[in-house]
Amino acid sequence: MKISGAHILLQSLKEEGVTTIFGYPGGAVIDIFDVLARLFPDQFTFILVRHEQAAVHAADGYARATGKPGVCIVTSGPGGTNTVTGLATAYMDSIPVLVITGQVPTPLIGNDAFQEADIVGITRPCTKHNYLVGSVNELARTIKEAFYIASTGRPGPVLVDLPKDVLQGKADFEYPRTVVLPTYKPTVKAHIPSIKRAADLIAAADRPVIYAGGGVITSGAHQELRALAEMTHIPVTMTLMGLGCFPGTHPLSLGMLGMHGTYRANMAVNNSDLLLAVGARFDDRVTGKVEEFARGAKVIHIDIDPTSIQKNIVVEVPIVADARHALAKLIEVLKKKEFAEHQRKKLTDWHNSITIWRNEQRLRFDRTTKTIKPQYVVEKLYELTGGEAIITTEVGQNQMWAAQYYLFDKPRTFLSSGGLGTMGYGFPAAIGAQMAFPDKVVIDIAGDGSIQMNIQELATVANYRLPVKIAILNNGYLGMVRQWQERFYDNVYAHTDIMATPDFVKLAEAYGALGLRANTTADVEPVIKQALEHDGPVVIDFVVEREEGVYPMVPAGSSITDMILV
Amino acid sequence: MENRHVISVLVENKPGVLARVSGMFSGRGFNIHSLAVAPSQDAEYSRMTIVTHGNVQIIEQIIKQLRKLINVVRVQDLALGEYVDREMVLIRVRATAAKRAEVLRITDIFRGKVVDVSHDTITLEVSGTQSKIDAILELLAPLGITELIRTGTIAIPRAKKVLKTGDSLE
Repeated sequence: MKISGAHILLQSLKEEGVTTIFGYPGGAVIDIFDVLARLFPDQFTFILVRHEQAAVHAADGYARATGKPGVCIVTSGPGGTNTVTGLATAYMDSIPVLVITGQVPTPLIGNDAFQEADIVGITRPCTKHNYLVGSVNELARTIKEAFYIASTGRPGPVLVDLPKDVLQGKADFEYPRTVVLPTYKPTVKAHIPSIKRAADLIAAADRPVIYAGGGVITSGAHQELRALAEMTHIPVTMTLMGLGCFPGTHPLSLGMLGMHGTYRANMAVNNSDLLLAVGARFDDRVTGKVEEFARGAKVIHIDIDPTSIQKNIVVEVPIVADARHALAKLIEVLKKKEFAEHQRKKLTDWHNSITIWRNEQRLRFDRTTKTIKPQYVVEKLYELTGGEAIITTEVGQNQMWAAQYYLFDKPRTFLSSGGLGTMGYGFPAAIGAQMAFPDKVVIDIAGDGSIQMNIQELATVANYRLPVKIAILNNGYLGMVRQWQERFYDNVYAHTDIMATPDFVKLAEAYGALGLRANTTADVEPVIKQALEHDGPVVIDFVVEREEGVYPMVPAGSSITDMILV
Repeated sequence: MENRHVISVLVENKPGVLARVSGMFSGRGFNIHSLAVAPSQDAEYSRMTIVTHGNVQIIEQIIKQLRKLINVVRVQDLALGEYVDREMVLIRVRATAAKRAEVLRITDIFRGKVVDVSHDTITLEVSGTQSKIDAILELLAPLGITELIRTGTIAIPRAKKVLKTGDSLE
């Protein structure tokens, strides 16, 4: 029996195990929504957002929280172009997202038709791959390939553009069991001689550091990472994307490194003689001045993407592989060496140095003020959720304080736009995470600037009664830029004062959410408790110290040990 | 040190593939000196010959980034081995009666062909390595080149280093 393209699409999504779809309807995709309502009313949970950008971020948040691809469906033209920021966000952070866009009918393509955009052309540089489906007969295979490409190797977003005549055309449906992509074969297994060389370097090192990134989370290698660190007594520092891949409360954790990393992490990395990079890509926010980054260290670099290796830094032992596989092999090889006890003794001096660095400069803020310190809010959120919440962030100071003061013990609990740095990401991502885990506490740690970039989604959470909590660290500034202006631009606060913000409590109420406010330090704890007890969406407006800064801070382009401390 | 590299890329012959390749170069700030593309012996695949410049790290990144594109089958830096490269040019040169003989003599030396002639110009077709093309252009320049069209380099590795479509399908 022949079925329509729209039906084939949804049947294919079902075959892929998709249960939740985020999106927004429109003329070009009306057939998909029609089939969704008529034939699949119970198979999918559809979340209607209020702006297509939020649909992609929500799908992205869902993917980060679960590890499964997030799916979103939007219409042609502006529907597609509104997904571009979300695609670029997912692309930079290697998140598997499938975006389905409608397109004008094939005969109209190129004619400047109503709501036509060359979305495949527009998104080519910000997707892992994309497709314009030319015939309904290619649809099922294309969806199969799209999921495969999105979720294997170094994951990433894939966009599939579906002309209206393809959605309306009919074909026999058979979902392919296998994918035949001769040009796409990610290297998963590590080259064993390289693993042996890495093991030799680890055994010989006196001041080793593990530098772990988002790839550890992607590959599910957190247990292997922990086993390796505990076996070798090597301290672990994490990138922003890596937070949660190693327990933040573990004695071997150095916390985050880089521009706003901890003093001990940056000192340890730059004084190390061996750096084991796993699933990390030596981003400029991590390395600072790259010539001075870990200058005395030999580097072992494990990454599934060959383009990440030798891109910014010269590597002693490159290992192209899935992090989990590579670490498991490394553990296997090191076990044969039976050197754990020896290692503990050998690294005593190194651990002593790290302890000294930690005690010299801990993360800190003034705890005596009546005015709320934003760090205190994050600390209280950590305490009152028992570290068990899924935290999403916007971008800027809120993001860095969340990264510094909420200690993430588990992977997939810190969802933040690391690479692209997308303000407006956190709230819709929280919607995605909440959909994946209805019973978990999901909190978006936001700024008063960035929350306004997707504030319309309050209607979505109110609509579906999603109990997402939004903690706005409200300082009336675009705080991170203001901090740079204070430090590097003679205190000229050019267009960063945004005191003309709405009353967030009233705004929450207008949307049908609970609005709460904390004006003083003493208010923080009771207000958070009230928010956590409320079974529904809550916006908390924390009126915080206006000119608080994020420290330590490494000025862009400086060595990471040239830290500005509080 | 910046070196000239000839990179041979076998790609799927599908719409948009050229845009993916050229977009990768422009988006990442790599330089394309010349790019020639046409279907290979198997019409499902096209061969691109890209001439670029860069130091070792840049060339390594270019090759890795090319391999990362889903529609790319194989990438080979021909500079790593021996290869034959050719470029064809069409040159329109000023040639009044007095100069015509000289133009023809130069053409002859370089085994070029006259493909068009008018009262005051001669159009030549010449093919060869880059140095040969450079040499004839240098000789013709004083006479006045009014138009120059180049195909860009195409190249093939010497036998035993052949790129085969079959390799990717093993």
